[in-house]
Amino acid sequence: MDREETSARIAALIAPFNKKEVAITDRTRFTDDLEFDSLTVMDFVAAIEDEFDIIISMNQQAEIENYGQLVDAVVKLRG
Amino acid sequence: MLSDNMTVSHTDLFSKFDPLIEMRRNLLDSGVEDPFGLVMERVLSPTVAMCNGRETILLGTYNYMGMTFDPDVIAAGKQALDDFGSGTTGSRVLNGTYAGHRAVEQALCEFYAMDHAMVFSTGYQANLGIISTIAGKGDYIVLDIDSHASIWDGCKMGDAEVVPFKHNDIEAMEKRLRRIPDGAGKLVVLEGVYSMLGDIAPLKDMIAVARKYGAMVLVDEAHSMGFIGPNGRGVAEDQGCLDQVDFVIGTFSKSVGTVGGFCVSNHPKFEIMRLVCRPYVFTASLPPSVVATARTSIRKLMHAGAKRAHLWENSKTLHKGLKDAGFQLGTDSPQSAIIAVIMPDLERGAAMWEALLHEGLYVNLARPPATPANMTLLRCSLCAEHSAAQVQQIIGMFTRAGKAVGILG
Ligand SMILES: Cc1ncc(COP(=O)(O)O)c(C=O)c1O
Repeated sequence: MDREETSARIAALIAPFNKKEVAITDRTRFTDDLEFDSLTVMDFVAAIEDEFDIIISMNQQAEIENYGQLVDAVVKLRG
Repeated sequence: MLSDNMTVSHTDLFSKFDPLIEMRRNLLDSGVEDPFGLVMERVLSPTVAMCNGRETILLGTYNYMGMTFDPDVIAAGKQALDDFGSGTTGSRVLNGTYAGHRAVEQALCEFYAMDHAMVFSTGYQANLGIISTIAGKGDYIVLDIDSHASIWDGCKMGDAEVVPFKHNDIEAMEKRLRRIPDGAGKLVVLEGVYSMLGDIAPLKDMIAVARKYGAMVLVDEAHSMGFIGPNGRGVAEDQGCLDQVDFVIGTFSKSVGTVGGFCVSNHPKFEIMRLVCRPYVFTASLPPSVVATARTSIRKLMHAGAKRAHLWENSKTLHKGLKDAGFQLGTDSPQSAIIAVIMPDLERGAAMWEALLHEGLYVNLARPPATPANMTLLRCSLCAEHSAAQVQQIIGMFTRAGKAVGILG
């Protein structure tokens, strides 16, 4: 699966968590721009994990600050 | 290198705490007493102390079994002070293991009917040490998102991959276990009683799933020891799955009534932990008086069936009384000795806490980030030494304070 398709699937998953309907680009940051708190992060990560059947451990989450990094991480985890 | 007359701009490392300092100041400026600065001037019994010159019923301690003033426990401590001195001044693996440390570990083996027991200086260190040591690089820790700080810190201190799942959600746990790569070591970390809401875990089902995926299982029974289960061994015993648990973590700071922590296990290689577990090795051991009181208390807790029954009565009566009065509680039914009363927000929570203190009742105020879902809670923890009359008195105090603060209609 290529990056574009992965990005589209993640974009669909983010919508219900994007309460303020912030325009999403690769540089959109989860805490600073989307204002995700720890509970939102947990639910959002679980949604992505279920969609792609992967694990994104907290260690890996710590390296992901923005949307582009998340897409890259999912592409890599999907192998 | 900077020359003597050059300076670099100074960053105050404390500036990161400014939002919290501000929040605290706002709370205290509103005129309420500091909920995190209470001093007990005298302690009269496991259930009563003097606070601000006022006799106060204690409903926010972890003294579940009321062992702190047990005459046998006190006598054992005094004797150990006379015989062994005030402290060991050393690590368990050097000069810090006295006969009393061995004796309390033996008492734990008998209490849990397990082969090995290792005593730490606190329960916090037991979680820190065991979790960070057994789960290493390339291993996975799968844990409940509402786990205690000491479990999280144990994960943070080690090198394993950390994978949380939604509180008590068996399916969410199973999905994560299923996705772990083949061949990786797996540790599932659960608690018997979750101390913020006082709810218990469906351990039997969760542990069956964990074992199906070949995971080792660690259960923190800090808030159930001495009380839950036919022999007071905890929620896993109560649900008939203690034999499926690889490591039980516990503390002396709650039902046992002193301070210290432990891990008990049947793992055949468990004793190696004493050499490789840094929070065990690089700190001083507990004072002789502490291990003597702990040992005496643990042995008495083996035969405390009547006290356990009375504590269940107290928990049921208080839960029903508060529910009937109109309070919103953390659990639909009483599941442990902790009953959490949910407050609408921190301001009214603090006001309620203060109103109760003026009534002569101490409870715990808990607020985010310690609480799940950003709740403000008044946490009540009952004691086997609370009398039935005290419990009725407590319900009356809550009802009056709730009306005064406007939480009850
Ligand atoms: C679930 C849990 N585990 C561990 C601990 C730590 O116990 P201790 O007070 O012995 O450090 C506590 C107590 O706060 C706890 O609630």
